[in-house]
Amino acid sequence: MSLENFLIVGAAIFSIGLFGVLSKRNAITVLMSLELMFNGVNITAVALSRYVVPAGLTGGVEVAEDAARLLLTGQVFAIFIITVAAAEVALGVAIVMAVYRSRQTVYVTDANQMRH
Amino acid sequence: MTLGTGTESALITDITFWVIAISAIVAAIAVVQLRDLFRAALFLVVTLAAIAGLFVMLRAEFLAIVQIVIYVGAISVLLLFAVLTTRDVSHGNPSNKLRVPAAILALGLLAVLVFVSVNTDWNLLSDVIPEPGSVDIAASAGGTVLDPATIAQVETVLQNTIPGIADLLLQDFVLAFEAGSVLLLAAIVAALALVRETS
Repeated sequence: MSLENFLIVGAAIFSIGLFGVLSKRNAITVLMSLELMFNGVNITAVALSRYVVPAGLTGGVEVAEDAARLLLTGQVFAIFIITVAAAEVALGVAIVMAVYRSRQTVYVTDANQMRH
Repeated sequence: MTLGTGTESALITDITFWVIAISAIVAAIAVVQLRDLFRAALFLVVTLAAIAGLFVMLRAEFLAIVQIVIYVGAISVLLLFAVLTTRDVSHGNPSNKLRVPAAILALGLLAVLVFVSVNTDWNLLSDVIPEPGSVDIAASAGGTVLDPATIAQVETVLQNTIPGIADLLLQDFVLAFEAGSVLLLAAIVAALALVRETS
């Protein structure tokens, strides 16, 4: 169990999510696949910040007094990603509901009102 | 720097990792392949919970709890609500015309990502922090080794991550933190405006 294992798991989940986003017609499945992509990125960010030395620690740039907290940068990134994902799902479900009410469909291929 | 010491503990850690990782990937495949949308949403819950387990193995306990509360608790319930509300119009979970190109693109991206992550020479933390009994080996390997004060700092930060995350959130990333709160407020207002009964 090393860094590469976590990176490969994150890459696999990201790729599965990418496949779902590109190939599915149902808007809710597209939203769920987007969540998978977010989570793949989260795993990668946390794994990198857990295993890789930040530049401030070894003196590559300037050595800060409390540089060890830079080890948690990936976790803070993941927290921001989760925040954005929550907002994105709330808005996405609201848009799906609005389309469903006006067009009686949830398929992204049918929502073509803006096509000229 | 591992969860435990000794080969037996490392074996248990490896088995746990593979069980969690394989269940996460299989459930993720089920999310995009199952015909029944409700079951796909339930498998999404399995994936998200397994990813919380991976966070625990990465010593990110706070993030694991956040993952359970927000993803498993809130987002999946929202998606299940959407699935149930639109169930009468969604016949199965069909693919569009891009199914084969999307699969090729996803597999190609996966191959590139795996190649990069295996072949990169990562500057690993375990290379600069010697094991307690093997200081000479690490020093003779030619790598730079951290001084003991920094190693103690790293241990303190990794033992309890919550104060470190709070420091980063409210000092280094305070602008993004405030922008996130504004984003959530705007999302709430926009979602309410979108689903409001207009007539």
